[in-house]
Amino acid sequence: MNDKGKIIAGIIIFFVIATFPFWFNMFLEKGPAPELVLTPQAKAAEKCVRETEFMTANHMQLLNEWRNSVVRNAERIYVNAEGKEFNMSLSNTCLDCHSNKAEFCDRCHQYASIEPYCWDCHIDNPKETK
Amino acid sequence: MEDSRRQFLKIAGVAALGMGTARAIDVVAASEGHGAQPHVRKGDDALTAKQWGMVIDTAKLDHERIERMIKACHSTHNVPNISAEKVGEKVAKRHEIKWIWETHFHNAFPGLGSNYMSEEVEERPFLVLCNHCEEPPCTQACPTQATFKRADGIVMMDYHRCIGCRFCMAACPYGSRSFNLRDPRPFIEKTNPEFPTRTKGVVEKCNFCAERLAVGQMPACVEASDGAVVFGDLGDPHSEIREVLREYYTIRRKISLGTNPAVYYII
Repeated sequence: MNDKGKIIAGIIIFFVIATFPFWFNMFLEKGPAPELVLTPQAKAAEKCVRETEFMTANHMQLLNEWRNSVVRNAERIYVNAEGKEFNMSLSNTCLDCHSNKAEFCDRCHQYASIEPYCWDCHIDNPKETK
Repeated sequence: MEDSRRQFLKIAGVAALGMGTARAIDVVAASEGHGAQPHVRKGDDALTAKQWGMVIDTAKLDHERIERMIKACHSTHNVPNISAEKVGEKVAKRHEIKWIWETHFHNAFPGLGSNYMSEEVEERPFLVLCNHCEEPPCTQACPTQATFKRADGIVMMDYHRCIGCRFCMAACPYGSRSFNLRDPRPFIEKTNPEFPTRTKGVVEKCNFCAERLAVGQMPACVEASDGAVVFGDLGDPHSEIREVLREYYTIRRKISLGTNPAVYYII
């Protein structure tokens, strides 16, 4: 009984297959990060409710907190660190400023390969439908 | 070694203390500096109550005014009109979405009609909606707390959390809840961009215009009722609604079930 070689080869093959997604992604040519277009309104505001880095990484958590606060506690005003106040509403505040869904939201979501269902209910561009 | 165990425990203890201290330092560091922390609050004009309630003076309501009130509500909240012309009568009945609607006395108050009741009352149109019960059975049935009773008495829906199981519809004795069996958007005549629509697979119902109360406005139906509906805080003995309730004899729907509805009817 000396199957040492076979066993080790088997383990190596298993390891390679199991970690395939990791090293495949490592060597895969990634496209450049999408360029986001800001509306004139968003540009004029200079800063979102929080810093850009925070918003890029955590806007979904922020929106979750906003929703819980609005729906459950009836607290609808968000005061940021600078003391600036915002009406916590995806439809009326976020999408009012970022009214270019295709060039702002969609670009990044497509790049990250996710399909959020926010717009199943929230109306994407209040200004166009008004 | 004789004291190796003792040594080990000492080191472990110091290490645990060290890790704990690091946490505590983090917390202290996070709480100071950086100026004010972001926070949330109620709007300045927000109306608040212990238990919002409604008195409907049924003698003042006719078909026309009821129609106006329903329209005010449904257009504000993007409630779809799944009409018989579009989908056929059978489907329209099954897929109907309603927040507030008109019905007969016998449907609104089963068990209350006598054999020989006033013809005028029997034929009168009655306006019914979610009762925002003080003891809501729907919220107890909901497995995800998508529907819940808020501190101000409103029985709210969090559509994000609704999984479409429809337990709440089975639990509600008033038929106040509708299920979106299809995408409602094609059936909304004129979309109000300020209020979200719903999506296929969630239950919806009247929200006592929580979004309007938050900015100091009365509910849409109350505004459209020309004084036939009084809205206010049932928990405040000096409120207008309590004044009205003291003055008039009122009835509520199916009170024997113990749900304690917050919508009262003057007959």
